[in-house]
Amino acid sequence: MISVQDLRVRFGPVEAVRGVTFAVGEGSSFGIVGESGSGKSTVLRALSGLNPDWSGRMTIAGTALTPKRSRDFFRRVQMVFQDPYGSLHPRQTVDRALSEPLLVHGIGDIDRRIRQALSEVALPAAARFRYPHQLSGGQRQRVAIARALMSEPEVLLLDEPTSALDVSVQAEVLNLLADLQDRRKLTYVMVSHNLAVVAHLCPMVGVMQGGEMVEMISAEDLRAGRTRHPHTADLRRLSTELEEA
Amino acid sequence: MLVEMQNLTIAFPTPQGMSQAVRGVSMTLGQEKLGIVGESGSGKSISARAILRLLPPQAVVTADVLRFDGIDIKTASERQMRAIRGRRAGLILQDPKYSLNPIMTAGSQIAEAWRNQKKGSRREAAEAALDLLSQVQIRDVRRVAAAYPHELSGGMGQRVMIAMMLAPDPELLIADEPTSALDATVQAEILRLMEDLVSRRGMGLMLISHDLPLVSHFCDRVAVMYAGRVVEELGAGELLHAKHPYTRGLLECLPTLSHPKLRLPVMARDPAWLA
Repeated sequence: MISVQDLRVRFGPVEAVRGVTFAVGEGSSFGIVGESGSGKSTVLRALSGLNPDWSGRMTIAGTALTPKRSRDFFRRVQMVFQDPYGSLHPRQTVDRALSEPLLVHGIGDIDRRIRQALSEVALPAAARFRYPHQLSGGQRQRVAIARALMSEPEVLLLDEPTSALDVSVQAEVLNLLADLQDRRKLTYVMVSHNLAVVAHLCPMVGVMQGGEMVEMISAEDLRAGRTRHPHTADLRRLSTELEEA
Repeated sequence: MLVEMQNLTIAFPTPQGMSQAVRGVSMTLGQEKLGIVGESGSGKSISARAILRLLPPQAVVTADVLRFDGIDIKTASERQMRAIRGRRAGLILQDPKYSLNPIMTAGSQIAEAWRNQKKGSRREAAEAALDLLSQVQIRDVRRVAAAYPHELSGGMGQRVMIAMMLAPDPELLIADEPTSALDATVQAEILRLMEDLVSRRGMGLMLISHDLPLVSHFCDRVAVMYAGRVVEELGAGELLHAKHPYTRGLLECLPTLSHPKLRLPVMARDPAWLA
């Protein structure tokens, strides 16, 4: 579904992503982990079209991506950001936020689609005419996910979708993402610094350090500790140390 | 006892009447590390801020006992409170980006905090700032001292913040989500550093976080808060023996590397927990 080959992204003199290659099958999930500044979010932003300055080869569903994307691309590929408060317009109701993608892409039947989307992400119908500040963090993230789903995309790019949430809410959102993937055969690319969260949702994980993908490892091997790169081992040790407390 | 708190309640006026944010919290803290864990809105941050009387003016605070080192916070004058805040008790907040002054160098901010209490000369203060920076394990102290906050990484910024709080030799350190904005690797370093400084200086530490495993790793005791109450208090090693269903729920809904789950258990909130 998605293939990325030798992706390079440069910000002035700094090369933030230095030749990253990976592929994700249809209906599957790929996770990217790494520390701040490792380039993991930059990969996602290049893929989503938010950063036009890249070189290399990226294809989604067989179509090569160009720096400028078509309207159809933005219908098929949607992104969910870390902070739902920052990504929802503070003076627009949930109704407005959810109808916008439909208007942009000329999709009709707005009323029914919004009601369906709200029930799909398990939000009460009453949330439709609320403003973001009247919702809890978990509810806001559900709205952001619902908005991403409005244009019926095939690919969802998730940038730290649960880092701003409480652990109990994180569990709900992760379950929701798993259910949606099952139901709609979505393909996910998820970026996070939390190894356990990524391994929970993604069967394959890429570990980034200093702009390079230093290791590609299955979630199973990661759990069992069959790591090959020292950086992966370090991240894994930190994660398991706390679990055993 | 450094902090004594009995039956603390905090309420905020809303159009629908008073909203009870903290409902009868009691705790004591000596020269030890106490963790306070709970989710957003559980009242953990405002309970700690009540000790420094740093709540918004509309908050209604009542308590049977609320004392810092024997000083009654309820009746203390603003002048007495200023002698506590930033001097005898320091507060470290989540994101150094917002809590450091963006147009002062790191070194001069630490020096200012030091002079505020110790009344030394500028030169002595600058020397003290360098010494404090080395205590928080910064190698290149001169470069960091001359740097502005935007030139520092998150972990460096948080070290500067800690150095600033340590400058007046406080007896109590309140750290409110000190590492939530940082990477996992840096997170562990900062917590280890705080733990080490606190035990070496014989201070009291109140560590507020939503991350139960993390906190129990670094604290002697952990108080779990839910909806404005402490529902359970645990010794650090007793995490696995937690009894309250809320505490157990918090632990079980975490995805882990060692125990994969097909589906994460979701917390079923029992209205009885509110009673």
